[in-house]
Amino acid sequence: MFSFVTRFLVCFGLCLSALSPVHAQQIDAPVQQILQAHGEVIKKSSRRTIGPAIDALAASGLTDAQVVLQRWQDKEMWFDRETGIFVFGMAADGGQLSVFEVAGGAPIGVFDKKQFKQLKPNSGIRGLIASALVQFQLNDPDPDVRETAISSIERDPDVSHLQALRRSIESEIDPALTARKSRLERLLTIRFGSSDAKRIEAIESFDGDLGVDLRAALNPLVSTRIEAAAELPEGALALEVGSDDLSVDAAYDILIAAELAPPRVSSDGLRDTLVANIDNGTVAGIEVASLDADEARFSAYAALAEAGLAQPLVTDATITETLQKFQFYEVFTGAPVSVAQAAQVALDDIETRVALSQTADLALDGLSLASIYFLAAIGLAITFGVMGVINMAHGEFIMMGAYTGYVVQLFVPDYTLSIVVAIPLAFAVTFGAGVAMERLVIRWLYHRPLETLLATFGVSIALQQLAKNIFGTQARPLTAPGWLDGSWVINDIISISYIRIAIFILALLFLALFLFVMNRTRLGLEVRAVTQNPRMAASMGINPDKINMLTFGFGSGIAGIAGVAIGLYAKVTSEMGSDYIVQSFMTVVVGGVGNIWGTLLGATMVGFLQKSIEWMNPSNTLAAQTYMILFIILFIQFRPRGIIALKGRAAEA
Amino acid sequence: MVDLSLSATRRPLVTRYPSLLIFLGVLALFTVSVTILSEGFGIGVISTSFVKTLGKTLCLCLVALAMDLVWGYCGILSLGHMAFFGIGGYAIGMWLMYARTEIIVRESLAAAPLPPTPQEISDGIAAQIFGVVGASEFPPIWAVAHSLPLQLAAVVLVPGCIALVFGWLAFRSRVTGVYLSILTQAMTLALALYLFQNDSGLRGNNGLSGLQNLPHLDHVSQSTISIVFFWASALALGLGYVLCTWVISGKFGSVIRAIRDDEARVRFLGYSVEAYKLVIFTFTAVLAGIAGALYYPQAGIINPAEIAPIASIYLAVWVAIGGRGRLYGAVIGAAFVSLLSTWFTGGQAPDIDLGFYTVNWVDWWTVLLGLSFVIVTLFAPRGIGGLFDLISERRSPERHGADLGPEPGALQEREADR
Repeated sequence: MFSFVTRFLVCFGLCLSALSPVHAQQIDAPVQQILQAHGEVIKKSSRRTIGPAIDALAASGLTDAQVVLQRWQDKEMWFDRETGIFVFGMAADGGQLSVFEVAGGAPIGVFDKKQFKQLKPNSGIRGLIASALVQFQLNDPDPDVRETAISSIERDPDVSHLQALRRSIESEIDPALTARKSRLERLLTIRFGSSDAKRIEAIESFDGDLGVDLRAALNPLVSTRIEAAAELPEGALALEVGSDDLSVDAAYDILIAAELAPPRVSSDGLRDTLVANIDNGTVAGIEVASLDADEARFSAYAALAEAGLAQPLVTDATITETLQKFQFYEVFTGAPVSVAQAAQVALDDIETRVALSQTADLALDGLSLASIYFLAAIGLAITFGVMGVINMAHGEFIMMGAYTGYVVQLFVPDYTLSIVVAIPLAFAVTFGAGVAMERLVIRWLYHRPLETLLATFGVSIALQQLAKNIFGTQARPLTAPGWLDGSWVINDIISISYIRIAIFILALLFLALFLFVMNRTRLGLEVRAVTQNPRMAASMGINPDKINMLTFGFGSGIAGIAGVAIGLYAKVTSEMGSDYIVQSFMTVVVGGVGNIWGTLLGATMVGFLQKSIEWMNPSNTLAAQTYMILFIILFIQFRPRGIIALKGRAAEA
Repeated sequence: MVDLSLSATRRPLVTRYPSLLIFLGVLALFTVSVTILSEGFGIGVISTSFVKTLGKTLCLCLVALAMDLVWGYCGILSLGHMAFFGIGGYAIGMWLMYARTEIIVRESLAAAPLPPTPQEISDGIAAQIFGVVGASEFPPIWAVAHSLPLQLAAVVLVPGCIALVFGWLAFRSRVTGVYLSILTQAMTLALALYLFQNDSGLRGNNGLSGLQNLPHLDHVSQSTISIVFFWASALALGLGYVLCTWVISGKFGSVIRAIRDDEARVRFLGYSVEAYKLVIFTFTAVLAGIAGALYYPQAGIINPAEIAPIASIYLAVWVAIGGRGRLYGAVIGAAFVSLLSTWFTGGQAPDIDLGFYTVNWVDWWTVLLGLSFVIVTLFAPRGIGGLFDLISERRSPERHGADLGPEPGALQEREADR
């Protein structure tokens, strides 16, 4: 109660005692002086005229000026309606305003809001203020603030930043920020440098750099425009009309744009003119009904032109004639010639390096696709390559593995743990499915490959629909653990996601596992024995039935693990298996049946080939697959038994 | 012995293949009864849409016949014949779409003050047809779409040429058995993927539509058109059946069956195995193309999904369930399975309530089909057609090993089980 009364009295007293509530002495403060000097434009608050005021504040280098700009931007600047003195204001209770000095921010008191008027900078002005503030931020003691300022300049560079940036480099202590500032300073010099020599120097300082920001700075410099004139200007390079650089149509369009030649009459325009001149069923004396061919229309139009009712038709002959009167040449529009040429040299150099990097990136992409195909095909290399069983449901085993991973993630929320659980579980599930299929279907059909193909197709159709019935038709996610997110970035162009690296490593592990099982274990020995000569193997005490069952299960189990890996990389759907089955068979067949190294080579070839074709026609992966399949069909013409063909008796088995 | 075989080849076709007459009789009876029961020409018991379904089924029987010839008789498990079927459909569909759009464009341009030039009409048609894929110019493959005779020729020539080139490449490099199947599947996949692109020139994913509306025949009701197409399909099936029977009846038929049973032996006897295979592969591709050209005007729409490898696999399923190596088996299989499939997936089949789960046939039919296919392959390799053997064997008991083919002289079981 007491305080309220006091406040009221003080306020009341102040209002009565002075015309202005603001003390006279603060007008002397330098920042207030600057504000007063530009008082009119600040109060007018228009984006077009405000410039000098902000520049003056920024150029003063005062700490107070930064605070003023900051609070102005935050709409906390007010001015006294009568004296025009600027203050900071904060809304207080009861329509009152707490007022502070602009210099130092000392509180002045609480006054009635009506005595003051708020400055409300619009977004355009706030943008100007922000760019002025950058200068202060570049020298801020807090490194985070400095970094934000650098990023903001990188996003939206302006000629005004150049001086501020140069000044701030010397005082910078953080080496990383120094490097960024210096790079940014050179980029800004390229664009806004005061002399050509300095700009060229800045361009040459970037030798060997591939940065996207550098290319963004250089590209506008080399923009050109084709101009036409009767005489070729000194030093300009003439362009030949009809060459790749300048087609006849383009050349004539330039003349039209420069109003040096009459525009062509389009077929639409021709028709409109004819329609506009229909007179009593005829156009220029020609019956309308006969105007259903281009020749008739041309002659009618020519008659109109003769009568002065239309502008003359521009024929190919007149175009050629007109073009001969002019010389065409290119001029640089983005920068003076010397700077543009330096930029062109730098860009050409970058172009070469980018092409090299892109090749490397393409190779990495091809490698990762190859490892995916290899993963999908390695199970098949066992069941089809070693045992000779055509399993068209192999793709569905991949799908089963992927769905196992999905189901595990429903129960185990930790992604890393769930993958660790899913891999052996997927192996177990598909191993079981493989053994069941071998027992129930395939063992009755050994040595009848076409029947095996058909029966396994039946299984494939049934399994696919079964998955659709259980899990629905929409894609299910199989989420990779967090540590597999992101990608390994080598430079601006070459990068590869960690998940692809993981798949590549997994493919190598599988290759090692396959080689170990086949060449170093009892099972592998027995498998090779049974596939070479089952009767001989049986007489040596090997149970061929059991070996066949285990081998088929092993191949199917590997397909299950591959399914988990492919599910991490792509979405899990009931049709994912059929997406890979044809490519997998192609991989095995191209590589050479019965040889794991052949499968590896086949996968590499198919992967690299598909990526190269995609690179030639990047918009169209469907076309890439089409051409790849056609290529494989042709390839089999020349090496019907694959890249690595088995010779001798093994080939007959 | 020589006399006997000579006299056997001189006997007329119908006496050597009594199934031919029976088949033609049943087909004629079926056609007449459907006509009598139809809305267009009869008492209207069968709806127009069901007449179309029956007409489409006859086309599927025709392509199954082609499949049986190439697989059941020549041993080439082709997974590409539905692609040839689709190509036939696309070929006729291009003309149907062009001609119909031309009428529409001409009507709309008739109101213009000037009579349209040929270029304006062509641009208008192109904009109408390809607007959906964001193009407005005719791709080169539409060069002859304005001409019905040329497109009809394409129905035969395009599948024929593709089969000829592909077959020549595949057979000369001695790709056989499952490798050939996988290769044909790859070819089908490549074709389907190509057609799925928007810039393939065939409207990509959208395919060709509105094919049921025949140009210049707007005044004829769909019920009449459906019956006419039904007759055409029946006629094509009848002729195709006679043709196929004739092909398998002579020495040519014996050679292709021999190729199926032991290719190497036939080659060592001096026959050009590749030429025989190529002829049969190309001939059946043409047959499939014709079937497709009759099918898609009844279906009304064709899109690349119809060409996908799975369609060709289903074709093999039909033939296997019907009984391969006998022509009537393929027809029975295609008709039986595709009609059953329509019944199940059309939602007419009653759901089975198991208490804890309701078996909805729309979802479960494919599972049942896949499993029954496995069972047929394992336990009844002769398919439904094998039932006829039971009757004929009762009449004249089997005294030697069962024939692998239905004709006398085919490889016998005990010889094949080496």
